[in-house]
Amino acid sequence: MSGDVVVRPARTRARPGAVRPGDTSPAPDRLGEPDGAGREHARRRRVVALLGALTLASCVLLMVVDVQVAWSFVLPLRGLKLAALVVVGVAVGTSTVLFQTVTANRILTPAIMGFDSLFVLVQTVAVATLGSFAVLTADPRLRFAVEVGVLLVFGLLLHALVLRRTTSGDVVLLVLVGVVLGTLFSSLTLMVSRVLDPNDALTLQDLLFASVGTVDAQLLPLTAVVVALCLLLVVRRLRVLDVVALGRETAIGLGVDHSRVVRRSLAVVAVLVAVSTALVGPLTFLGLLAANLAREALGTHLHRWTVPAACLVAVLALVGGQVLLEHVLGFGTALAVVIDVVGGLYLLLLLLRQGRATAKGLLP
Amino acid sequence: MISVRDVCASHPGGGRVLHDVTLDVEAGAVTALIGPNGAGKSTLLAVMARLLEPEQGQVLLDGRDVRRTPGAETARRLAVLRQDTSLAVRLTVRELVALGRFPHSAGRLTDVDRELVARAVEDVDLVDLADRRLDRLSGGQRQRAHLAMALCQISGGDGSEDDGGGYLLLDEPLAALDLKHSVRVMRLLRRRARERGLTVVVVVHDVNFAAAHADRVVAMADGRVVRSGPTADVITGPVLAALYGTEVTVHELDGQRFAAYHA
Repeated sequence: MSGDVVVRPARTRARPGAVRPGDTSPAPDRLGEPDGAGREHARRRRVVALLGALTLASCVLLMVVDVQVAWSFVLPLRGLKLAALVVVGVAVGTSTVLFQTVTANRILTPAIMGFDSLFVLVQTVAVATLGSFAVLTADPRLRFAVEVGVLLVFGLLLHALVLRRTTSGDVVLLVLVGVVLGTLFSSLTLMVSRVLDPNDALTLQDLLFASVGTVDAQLLPLTAVVVALCLLLVVRRLRVLDVVALGRETAIGLGVDHSRVVRRSLAVVAVLVAVSTALVGPLTFLGLLAANLAREALGTHLHRWTVPAACLVAVLALVGGQVLLEHVLGFGTALAVVIDVVGGLYLLLLLLRQGRATAKGLLP
Repeated sequence: MISVRDVCASHPGGGRVLHDVTLDVEAGAVTALIGPNGAGKSTLLAVMARLLEPEQGQVLLDGRDVRRTPGAETARRLAVLRQDTSLAVRLTVRELVALGRFPHSAGRLTDVDRELVARAVEDVDLVDLADRRLDRLSGGQRQRAHLAMALCQISGGDGSEDDGGGYLLLDEPLAALDLKHSVRVMRLLRRRARERGLTVVVVVHDVNFAAAHADRVVAMADGRVVRSGPTADVITGPVLAALYGTEVTVHELDGQRFAAYHA
């Protein structure tokens, strides 16, 4: 996966910078940005620049590689797809970092907690109860708003009933909750779609057919605006999120209205998940990969670094993966599967590491 | 002054932990909270720091109800350090301490803030490790980093003399510290109280640290304050023996009280 390319050089560079006996002199540069901090800063900037360059390269490649018919035909088509993948990557990267910050953990993601599969369930139930005609002729904005509303309620319930009552040590339990919810929602979806009228079933399939390979570009203008607005909200609160990441008590101690920030962040998460699921369908492990690889590579929790880096990793995985799989290897729509396999393995790795660390009485 | 008025509080999901606690914490002094496990010391501290809503009663900070005061305003004067500092955040010591300035600068550090951060890092003896990440520190070093954040939070806005007061609530700050750093921290707290009028409330397990460094001691048991007063009045054999339910004798050596309870 393209992610590996990013992580390795960053890690090897982190070691010498982290422990440096030369930093001991307190006197000379106490007022300005001290030397060690400046070096760390430069390293983070290099990581983001490298990620940006790779992402840009993969975007260009997606546009120009393997063109077999007229350019005038290919470019707009691929342009739409590229734009959609970028919107999805930004939505997934931002929503995952946000979710992990307000729930104070780095293993759970909205997708793992069942947000994506709930989205699919909502659409299925809508078609089953209202009929395909009503759903298809409804204003897409209204449809979108209803879906966001359901996700939001789910997010708040999840937070009030499950996340708030468990401590960060209970991550395995929470993953279990997420898996159970995800399976429940998918089974319900399957059950409802079994009893559908064949016509409705066909409509539903159309609605849900969106995948990384076949992006639903009709929704693009609406979702792009929505993501841009969300991003604006997040960017204005980056420094508050740094404080919230320290946990509820520390955040309150520092004068942050913790529960308000959490509620608002979950609202933004619900919107962003709805965007990405509407455009390309559920992507269970992309967010996990993006947020954690970004943090590993940067070695920081500060959101002014992790949010852009997570977005870049997500876009890179989507676009770069698409270039590799579809155009170089000729695998068509297998990208979601590949991302899920890699991401699933990564989740296992994180859980194993966490288990070992808690056994030693330390958190990772 | 912190005034606790008729406070009753429960653990989330648990039984009642505090019963009608009324307490005045003297300003500009170090007050130690002592008592057996489960006495409600941490809970009382959490209520004082508005981390836990009391079911009844109120906490007044200089006469104002903390629940009616905007959180950011309180945070500029009152800092709290909780027991659990194990949270695995990838920040350097300096970045963490700098977050202590959040109530003042909303995350955009000024030169004054940077100076205060550097001083707080120095106060807890972490200068060598200032650019090390927290997840690569030992428990005690991490604890000191969090303490530096709290110190930094209530340092004066203009960087010189404090505008008087400030409150620091510490829940077992010595738990993970070695002897040298425990003493250093307690001395620092005393000095801040004396020189800058900082009001310190500290939960300590080792009665001898309370005896040596606190101006006043509050003894708690079963969710109630059983004794409160100057250190000399509370650190006595009979009081401690009754409080902990075990034999304690208090010796005086060079004008310094020592509780002997290990034998």
